[in-house]
Amino acid sequence: MEQEKNKTIVDRIWDFLASVKLAIIIFALISLTSIVGTVLEQKGDPAQNMEILAKLFGQSLAPSLYSIFFTLGFMDMYHAWWFIGLLIMFSINISICSLDRLPGIWKLVREPIAPVSEEKLKKFQINREIVLKGNPEKVRDTVSAAIKNIRFRFMETREENGYQFYSQKGNYSRLGVYITHFSILIILIGAIIGLRFGFSGFLNLPEGAVSGVAFSGKDREIPLDFEIRCDNFEVTFYGKSDMPKEYKSWLTVIKDGKEVLKKSITVNDPLTFGGITFYQSSYGLVPNSGGKGIFILNAVSSDGKASALNLRFGETFQIPGTDITGRIIDFSPALRIDEHGHTFTYANQMNNPSVLIDFTEGGKNKLTGWILKRYPETWHLPGGHRVEFLDYWGVEFTGLQVRKDPGVWVVYFGCIAMSVGLFVAFFMSHRKIWVKLVEDKNTTRVLIGATSNKNRAAFERKIDTVIASLNKKPEGGK
Amino acid sequence: MDSSLFFGISTMAYILAMIVYITFVAFRKQQIGITATAITITGFLAQTSAIILRWNEFAGLSGLGIWKSAPLTNLYESLIFFVWCLILGYLIIEFKFKNRSFGAFVTPIAGLALAFIDLSGVSKEIQPLVPALKSNWLLAHVTMSFIAYAAFSISFSTGLMYLIMTTEKRTESSYIFWTLTFGIFSVILVLMSIDFLAFKVKVRPDVFVKSYLFKTTFLNPSMFVKTLSWILSLAALFLIWRFGSVLRTIITKFHVTAEMLDEITYKSIAVGFPIFTLGGLIFGAIWADQAWGVYWSWDPKETWSLITWFIYAFYLHGRMIRGWKGKKVAVVAVIGFMAVIFTYLGVNLLLSGLHAYGSA
Repeated sequence: MEQEKNKTIVDRIWDFLASVKLAIIIFALISLTSIVGTVLEQKGDPAQNMEILAKLFGQSLAPSLYSIFFTLGFMDMYHAWWFIGLLIMFSINISICSLDRLPGIWKLVREPIAPVSEEKLKKFQINREIVLKGNPEKVRDTVSAAIKNIRFRFMETREENGYQFYSQKGNYSRLGVYITHFSILIILIGAIIGLRFGFSGFLNLPEGAVSGVAFSGKDREIPLDFEIRCDNFEVTFYGKSDMPKEYKSWLTVIKDGKEVLKKSITVNDPLTFGGITFYQSSYGLVPNSGGKGIFILNAVSSDGKASALNLRFGETFQIPGTDITGRIIDFSPALRIDEHGHTFTYANQMNNPSVLIDFTEGGKNKLTGWILKRYPETWHLPGGHRVEFLDYWGVEFTGLQVRKDPGVWVVYFGCIAMSVGLFVAFFMSHRKIWVKLVEDKNTTRVLIGATSNKNRAAFERKIDTVIASLNKKPEGGK
Repeated sequence: MDSSLFFGISTMAYILAMIVYITFVAFRKQQIGITATAITITGFLAQTSAIILRWNEFAGLSGLGIWKSAPLTNLYESLIFFVWCLILGYLIIEFKFKNRSFGAFVTPIAGLALAFIDLSGVSKEIQPLVPALKSNWLLAHVTMSFIAYAAFSISFSTGLMYLIMTTEKRTESSYIFWTLTFGIFSVILVLMSIDFLAFKVKVRPDVFVKSYLFKTTFLNPSMFVKTLSWILSLAALFLIWRFGSVLRTIITKFHVTAEMLDEITYKSIAVGFPIFTLGGLIFGAIWADQAWGVYWSWDPKETWSLITWFIYAFYLHGRMIRGWKGKKVAVVAVIGFMAVIFTYLGVNLLLSGLHAYGSA
């Protein structure tokens, strides 16, 4: 207690910041507030959060609780000053407590191992003693051969009535925990770099459209120093279900008027250009685009003559080599037929694009039928002709997540450091071993003392195998 | 051959093993113990074949190649894999420490997980992969997470056993803590078994049931049954608190020492924690970065895994720096696993977010 009083204010603050107690308080605060954050919808709709609170605490308490949580910033808590403050405190605590312990640990790491007295050797966590026949000179080679098997680089000193071998291994493994601690700081620094020098935005780019900007928040434009064009977007589905199999956009990067890069992207496979990455994140129909797109068809006659067609709504075409003409008279992005045989549109997405085509031959109406993009069996016409519906282009947009994050490599580096640190901290240990040969009449006492900062049992087993092997030697046998 | 047959065998084997292990603990006859181990190994082999078969079925169906076709894409498959890891971890411990008594504590977790699959109405169908799951990171992220979860559930079992063994006074806070935890766990286990039996008897298999969990008890339409279930459950909790010492006497007869339990608890956390950090958090972040362009978005699942991570980090710091041993850290280990359960199931079932595959 006397020492406590002599401490200066700075020392006390230092001790406070380095304490495990503070770490526990911060762990607890981050965890408890985060629990609230996972229950309340972050940046969500106020009505929804009100409903969640009403469900948990009853209608009467909900409004006042809502306003309390709102004032405290819980509706966007991960950006609230106090949460960022907690993260800063966490970083300070982790730095100071590491720095506080580092000199002591560094001494342990760098400390060379030295021979010890018999008295001290017997006090180690692990110690064994066996007696072998013969004097130390005779036993020495057997013992050193046996202990070489456990792969330590032993040093040797001659002592007045025998020898001493001693060695240590894995002393640097004591630093593993500090690598882990500092890796957390590196990750946080990487995150800050990303927030400060990067951006995260989105871009809904219709097929055929070009954009030189992305958007962040509601309408804030982020200029890119190049342009990006969506050449095509397509969703494919599993079989005839509406379960999406793949979202794919064909993108072209245009810089100074020249096409410099073409790539198709899918979820998990983004496009990166000039430090900016485009991720496939959503899709949809361009509003008011109905009838403005281009139908890409391929008309094939029964004798195999084909003609590729790009048509607009209401336009006519001819099946090559015949006098059959077709005219597109209706379109549905997602067609379904009910039990009465009526067709209806069941989704606002292009789940099952279909065109209604009116066929005439020599001026007489011949057939009016739906041709469905995802159902090639609807492409066949009577008489062996075929109209393939390949795409309805220009009405969909691809939703791109646009991001620049110069800090991501710092974060990844931090992750690697953390993995290395954890591996070293948990799976390696600092082991020391001393072996003393003491002459005792016509025999030699072999004393083994050892310590390990972790996983002592495994080390003990290893030493026991050495002893077992010594007992089998001819010099042994007591 | 069909994977579901083997899954059926393994489910029955684990539930049987649970009963035999508990019998073994009660009577301590060597033959019963050997039977329990044999049943567990049979179940494990059946389950291994089932997973391989399903993997193969899935690879054939998705056409994505072996590495992208790991059967780990939905709640059902992940629960199966979790049970597999858990049983493997348990068998390793049984052979390493030459002690069967843990079986009585580990197999109920396996049984509970498997009963949960049937009762919660999760889909057992092989579902095609949604675009976000088509990633090389799926295998690494999910397997490592579940290996860690299995390690954590072992630490939960041994931590709980440690508390049972070392607490005596009924007023002691750690005694109240373990009786409450153990009580809630047992009550849920019993209620789920009742659900399971009622489900098998009453519900026709062709009727689709979204969830049958607690329908026979807490969620029964009859007010009487509902009230009765609450009363009986609370009574059970009280009895476990009152007569918890009986359990202690049983466990002290095992050939386990408190030190051994403390060591296994620590070791499974020491193995689980780095694996969880790397596979669960880091690989998950890299994957999210690849798919959505955000490595950390404070999504509920991410946040809860961070909370879990903090709790185990707390355990490790408490033990290694403060030198806490025994009761204090055992309580943390038990709480840690509750956070794991919530991260895994609670988030999927109760909160919304990117990891929505559990909600189906």
